[in-house]
Amino acid sequence: MSDKVPTSAGAYWRANLKTVLICLVIWFIVSYGFGIILVDVLNNIRLGGYPLGFWFAQQGSIYTFLALIIFYAWRMNQLDREFDVDEQ
Amino acid sequence: MDLQTLTYLVVGATFALYIGIAIWSRAATTGEFYIAGKGVNPVANGMATGADWMSAASFISMAGLIAFLGYGGSVYLMGWTGGYVLLAMLLAPYLRKYGKFTVPEFIGDRYYSQTARAVAVICLIFISFTYVAGQMRGVGIVFSRFLEVDLLTGLIIGMGVVFVYAVLGGMKGITYTQVAQYVVLITAYIIPAIFISFQITGNPIPQLGLGSTISGTDVYLFDRLDQVVTDLGFNEYTAGGKSAIDIFAITAALMVGTAGLPHVIVRFFTVPRVRDARSSAGWALFFIALLYTVAPAVGAMARYNLTATAWPGGVATAEGAMSIEDRPDWMKRWEQTGLIRFEDKNGDGLIQYYNEASPSGQALAAQHGWAGNELRVDNDIMVLANPEIAGLPNWVIALVAAGGIAAALSTAAGLLLVISSAISHDLLKSMIARNITEKQELMAGRTAAAVAILIAGYLGYNPPGFVAEVVAFAFGLAASSLFPAIMMGIFSKTVNREGAIAGMIAGLAFTMGYILYFKGIFITPLAANIPENWLFGISPEGIGFVGMIINFAVAYGVSKVTAPPPARIQELIESIRSPRGAGAAIDH
Repeated sequence: MSDKVPTSAGAYWRANLKTVLICLVIWFIVSYGFGIILVDVLNNIRLGGYPLGFWFAQQGSIYTFLALIIFYAWRMNQLDREFDVDEQ
Repeated sequence: MDLQTLTYLVVGATFALYIGIAIWSRAATTGEFYIAGKGVNPVANGMATGADWMSAASFISMAGLIAFLGYGGSVYLMGWTGGYVLLAMLLAPYLRKYGKFTVPEFIGDRYYSQTARAVAVICLIFISFTYVAGQMRGVGIVFSRFLEVDLLTGLIIGMGVVFVYAVLGGMKGITYTQVAQYVVLITAYIIPAIFISFQITGNPIPQLGLGSTISGTDVYLFDRLDQVVTDLGFNEYTAGGKSAIDIFAITAALMVGTAGLPHVIVRFFTVPRVRDARSSAGWALFFIALLYTVAPAVGAMARYNLTATAWPGGVATAEGAMSIEDRPDWMKRWEQTGLIRFEDKNGDGLIQYYNEASPSGQALAAQHGWAGNELRVDNDIMVLANPEIAGLPNWVIALVAAGGIAAALSTAAGLLLVISSAISHDLLKSMIARNITEKQELMAGRTAAAVAILIAGYLGYNPPGFVAEVVAFAFGLAASSLFPAIMMGIFSKTVNREGAIAGMIAGLAFTMGYILYFKGIFITPLAANIPENWLFGISPEGIGFVGMIINFAVAYGVSKVTAPPPARIQELIESIRSPRGAGAAIDH
């Protein structure tokens, strides 16, 4: 999945993949990690009336997904300009 | 004004609005018919995507599922929202840059193969018809309960409305109608939730109310709910249920399936620029999250209300059950739809509602002389009957009816459009009759949409017994066939025609085979659908996740031993990856 051509297009694509990778790692940790795999452990902690693992599964993960897309859209627009591939 | 008149008025007003919008935004070219001329504002597209995505299942069924599954319902909440992260980062911006009309068109071009395109068309049609049948069933339920017309009349009215705006307006008409439908459905969902949250917890914000204490006590709603449901022999609300591996696989299959659904993907073809496709995915998830973060509150509070109604004299006590004579009016009304039923098995004049399948439920029954659970409640009434259960004013009930219809119609229209464009554009224009004019293609698209509506209506009137079962099919197929093919098409330069076709077929065959093996949709199931028989403990609902992995593996393997994609495809990929030059928008 990587480009070996040392062009600006290649550098843009690598920066893009890095951004996506970071976002997807967080995406995975919050939903599959906190909401499923670690749910029983986290349920020992309470967030108001919510057991924390349950909160991640039914509320927190959705808020995190939204934040991730907002961050991604902002960061990609920044990269587009930096590497001069933005739409004029 | 009585409820009946009010409901007619509210539903009639929304229909007039949809048709008005359709006339204003008629499509004149194939570009407008298929992708609204790429001129949709990203916020409007986000709203339209929300309505397109949130179907009768999200509006009517999901909160009910959560109510009965508790923590287990999380698979739908995470699965049906997490897919937007994949869509925003892995598919939408690139497909927008590519800038053609349909999903099979991209697959056909990227893998330089009409066969690949045909396989994609087959997947798309199967996925979309499965879905449409469910929407029409939703329209039928709402009409028969709230408007008290028979199912056929209700379906014909619903089909007529979709016909007007989908056939005339194409994607352009559908987009702006969906924006209106989003507003109707979200208002209809949130208003009762606010009322109910305030009634139970004193906090009007449902997301916060769910984590609060019950009004006038210092007991958290969750603690009380866990207590009463376990007293009745059910699983604890906030934990338990399915195994972790199965929850993991189902969530993954739903997420990847969501990202691979053609009617959702195609919405991102309609915005002017690549950056709009990215932000539009964010807006879409924002509008979806408004409903999806409220749904857990609606579910939990409905379960709480239902249990309280069924046990007015104390949960799980000898004389605590609701008596047949004193059962509330809303129950009597809903009994006519068959979605709620009671049967006084032990003849004591009371309706005992408990879990007869669990050891603790059976112990309870033996102690008090119960002869089995006497109340059956369909998941689907939780949202629809909620305002009545909570005693809300009639206009709220009328609004919920309009919201349910909006959710079903908006999704149905989006699905019908991708079906018709796959037929007129991918099959007719590119494979069967290459030299038809744009005008003829547009006519073919409209005809295909009209025929698809008739088929959908037929499926809604004669719902095949397997509708509920095949929902797993739709997500499984999207996850195991379309998603990997599109993603590899963008992120890999080495996956070639042979690899993509072999991968799609392998993923599809495995997923279909597994579901048929346990669910037996056209055949008798070959094995009991129980965890002991499942591969790695993964249920048929989650198997699309394994199908996806198989697709990726086969595609890479086959591509390694066959000729690499030609140079022009390498250039196509380079061009998709860079946003510059995405093509001008057409103003609306």
